[in-house]
Amino acid sequence: MRTAYLDTLYDLAKNDERVYALISDNGAIVYDKYRADLGQQYLNLGISEANMLGMAAGMASCGKIPFAYTIGAFLAYRALEFIRNDICLQKQNVKIVGTGAGEVYSALGPTHHSTEDLGALRSIPGLTIICPGSPMEVRKATQAIYEYEGPVYFRLGTNKEPEIYESDYDFEIGKGVELRSGSEITLIGMGSILYDVLQVADRFKADGVSVRVINLHTIKPIDQDIIKKAIDETGRIITIEDHNVIGGIGSAVAEVIAEYGKTVIFKRIGLQGFSKGYGTYSDVKNANGIGMEHIINTIKEMLE
Amino acid sequence: MLILFSKEEIEMTTQEYAKKIRKEVYKIAHHAGGGHMGAAYSMADIISVLYFGNVLKYDSKNPDWENRDKFILSKGHACYALYATLAEAGYFPKEELKMVGKPGSNMGGHPKIHEIPGVEASTGALGHGLSFAIGIAYANKIDQKDSHVYVVLGDGECQEGSIWEGALSAPTLELENLTVVVDHNKLQAMDDLENIVHMKPFAEKWKSFGWNVIEIDGHNHEEIRNALLARVENKPTLIVANTIKGKGVSFMEGVPIWHYRMPNEEELPILLDDLGMTKEELE
Repeated sequence: MRTAYLDTLYDLAKNDERVYALISDNGAIVYDKYRADLGQQYLNLGISEANMLGMAAGMASCGKIPFAYTIGAFLAYRALEFIRNDICLQKQNVKIVGTGAGEVYSALGPTHHSTEDLGALRSIPGLTIICPGSPMEVRKATQAIYEYEGPVYFRLGTNKEPEIYESDYDFEIGKGVELRSGSEITLIGMGSILYDVLQVADRFKADGVSVRVINLHTIKPIDQDIIKKAIDETGRIITIEDHNVIGGIGSAVAEVIAEYGKTVIFKRIGLQGFSKGYGTYSDVKNANGIGMEHIINTIKEMLE
Repeated sequence: MLILFSKEEIEMTTQEYAKKIRKEVYKIAHHAGGGHMGAAYSMADIISVLYFGNVLKYDSKNPDWENRDKFILSKGHACYALYATLAEAGYFPKEELKMVGKPGSNMGGHPKIHEIPGVEASTGALGHGLSFAIGIAYANKIDQKDSHVYVVLGDGECQEGSIWEGALSAPTLELENLTVVVDHNKLQAMDDLENIVHMKPFAEKWKSFGWNVIEIDGHNHEEIRNALLARVENKPTLIVANTIKGKGVSFMEGVPIWHYRMPNEEELPILLDDLGMTKEELE
């Protein structure tokens, strides 16, 4: 995802001198090509996230389009008031790019895990929140947030995510994507974990269970229609996220369900507390109740 | 180099403007029923010289003029001084000042960009204006724009960590197009600054961070003007303006309680006398 993001940003910056890459001393090596060719549109502000975002807002007020990048946890928690007051309250066209979504920095532990960022950011007025699920989606979404004028939180994984799309598709901010059609149950996810979700869905399909999978890449504004359709047509919904069950995609979908007023069987899969354990990303997902086995068992229980 | 306001207005000295601003600040507070007067009074001279001493380059009839200088009031709670100044400078009718803090007004206890002509940043939570201003100054520098950015920080505000992120950043970026004034009235909401957090030696801290530091009497207009116009190549300027909180109203001067309080019946006549205004002028 990171390479896909940087390649796209490189092209954008090359063609539009208003585009700036601001970083908070993170990802310096991966920015090498960008820095070599577009040094005038690159700025490493050091380890000072609040200053970076305040400055990004000031630059945006002068017509620049800053893409301010570092680990999402540091942006959403430490610099929260700067996102709220400097960027969103003032409607500044800043793209806040948080890398390491969820627990993808598995061995680094909870200080580096963005597992409450959506909860912290989702209620801030005017902030669009996008969590792409694959390299292709990152490319399309990076282009889309550049074209969109307004504050965006862009929640990126790392560089290891496989592609989940087999062919080209239309990406639109605020419009979910149905990755698998199905009629018995709907799985709704976002970001890196979608790869796991698809594998699970395909396993059930092989066993004759019709599982719908929705990629809700834009958590805000939320695609109400695709959720309502899933309620009407499948009657069962499970949300799956590498984020706390409070405040993320599970909460967002639950809000739509509650106001829709129709009966649906619903379950949220996500973290119940701070992330536990170390190891590979899979290890940590398993240790925190969002591994593939857990998803499979939850589906089975719901279908019983 | 700059045409800022009408000829008649230029003829008023900045001292007279400062008097007018102080009067207007109280009028706003009177109509609004409260406000941070002490903080507004301590910077009344600074903002008067900035706007009416041919320092800030602006056009109140064209607030979005591309090449204007920008003023960021980081200590947003002192906004009555800013509102009074903007009205005096012609950004909007003075009548509107009577509505501050009331339903239907675009002006409240802290200033907002996009909604109030002449306001360049929404501030209020402390520790934000410096980084925002650095962003503007950096953008101006890249664009080689002849535009200067001025910021007023509170000295208590300098207890915020983000101020020191900005303090490191601006000299690194060699922003000679940035001038920051610290309204150093040495009081914060609850007590003397130094009793709460040790900030001395204050000017030396900024010097050691790489700023062009100038220490002045923040009520001496000549010193203010000279400092505001000072430039050093590749260095941002930091003015430590030694001020008195509540300056101009005898019983407010240097008394922490006036961070946010309204005068009572006994105090009001003294205030009116100090500011040189009548009770009728309040209506």
